Amino acid sequence: MSPDPVAARFTKTANVARKERSETFARWIFMFMSVAMIVPLVAIITYLLVRAAPSLSWEFLVDVPRKGMREGGIWPAFVGTLNLVGLSLAVSAPIGVLAAIYLHEYARDNWFNRVIHLAVINLAGVPSIVHALFGLGAFVYAAKFGYSVLAASLTLAIMTLPVIIASTREALASVPMSFRVACWNVGASRWQTIQGVVLPNSISGILTGVILQVSRAAGETAPIMFTGAVFFKSVQRGDLFPFGLTDQCMALSMHLYTVSTQVPNVRESIPYATAIVLLGSVLMVNATAIALRVWLRHRKKW
Amino acid sequence: MSAGIKTLEVEDLRLTYSGREVLHGISFDIHRNEIFGIIGPAQSGKSSLLSCFNRTIDFNADAVVSGTIRLDGEDIRRVRDVYGLRRKIGMVAPLPVGLPLSIYDNVAFAPRASGLKSKAALDDIVERCLRQAALWDEVKDRLKNLGTALSGGQQQRLTIARALSHEPEILCLDEFSIAIDPVTTMRIEDVLKELRQHITIVLVTNLVQQARRLTDRTMFLWEGRIVELDTTEVIFSETPAEHRTYEYVRGIFG
Repeated sequence: MSPDPVAARFTKTANVARKERSETFARWIFMFMSVAMIVPLVAIITYLLVRAAPSLSWEFLVDVPRKGMREGGIWPAFVGTLNLVGLSLAVSAPIGVLAAIYLHEYARDNWFNRVIHLAVINLAGVPSIVHALFGLGAFVYAAKFGYSVLAASLTLAIMTLPVIIASTREALASVPMSFRVACWNVGASRWQTIQGVVLPNSISGILTGVILQVSRAAGETAPIMFTGAVFFKSVQRGDLFPFGLTDQCMALSMHLYTVSTQVPNVRESIPYATAIVLLGSVLMVNATAIALRVWLRHRKKW
Repeated sequence: MSAGIKTLEVEDLRLTYSGREVLHGISFDIHRNEIFGIIGPAQSGKSSLLSCFNRTIDFNADAVVSGTIRLDGEDIRRVRDVYGLRRKIGMVAPLPVGLPLSIYDNVAFAPRASGLKSKAALDDIVERCLRQAALWDEVKDRLKNLGTALSGGQQQRLTIARALSHEPEILCLDEFSIAIDPVTTMRIEDVLKELRQHITIVLVTNLVQQARRLTDRTMFLWEGRIVELDTTEVIFSETPAEHRTYEYVRGIFG
């Protein structure tokens, strides 16, 4: 072997070869997992679209169910879901966001605050069926709202509340403490600080947290099934607010369950088309959330 | 200058963070229109001391303060308008904190928070403070730009401009030069020499030479106690009262 010091310094040893092999391996594993994550989503959507194709049309969305739900559209269920989700967020978003602001910006970090924090985290992990039972006991029976839009919305609100509080706290915590101290130093009150600096820089995170709860509330079946959603309710075609607060209502998730399992001889494409509408609405809300986040983060200033 | 009028009097100040005492009953006076230096190693309670002055220590639920601080004879624990008190005392933090607002809004934040709405008055304040902080010429054409987009040294001057916007009588600077380059540091030091004509300056610094250059009197704080407080000449002379002072200012320990 001729001594060539320059070449010898950078030859490929067994160690280097092993390093390269593990590098390649790691890279492929991570890439494979990332792809594996997308495949089911694409597969589900494609499958649903193909099976739903015969029923998918504007008519399907705005028409009422006909012939014992074997034909026609899903307007009542669609609008019912809109009503339920809208009402539940109208309750849970203000309470959740304002409570989180208090807990994070005003309340002292004592045992009481920590107990609330722990309770919020645990509530966020409670299964929806348990929330359903709670809603049944609290709103339907104890508060005497009966099986109604109101009871179902409040149950959904209770379910989404802890997650909204947790995500809002996270968003507030992402604003550096030094900004607050700088504001206090120049004689601003806590509220002026929150208004002027904290909220403008956390609003994107707060809104994202709230909007992600829209899709969760829209998709849940158990809480509304126990408290106010029914199989069928006769509704005028195209009516945006067909259900009063104390009426029972239809909902997409519930309707999907009904036409899939409870009604014989349904046109095969109808359950799939219902699923497409449900999925489409949820994805649309998520897309809005992402767009909003991108737009607001673009304006984020540090 | 050493026989000046007392503006801030501190008497037996003790500060405890959840049972751990960090200031062990210190007493000293700050005179009007002097530059008062506070030197000492990290963790000796310098920054905590400053937050006692404007009562932002109140935002720390774990902190317990005892003793008295009087501003122009008035006990700051008793003031009715704590926000007014904070406006009397300007604070500049170690790391420059440009608020995520425009340059203009950064400076106008404090006047607005105290209720000033007139556009003309705000314009005046913004220009005056940016000029005082030697930043006006660099930013006058882009006041709408983000304060956080400025360089570190510019942001520090922006912070000073913001601290001046509420017309403080005392300006406290907490190690203002640790994140900026020597040239900017010199510019700010010139700004401070200019400002001392009108206001009192409290300068907390890790750089003993900076204290020597700028201050009239210097206090050496170590582990929550005053080691020595005297005119800067004495502190940096061959014969300060305490041997620890002699060693510290020459970098022998610390």
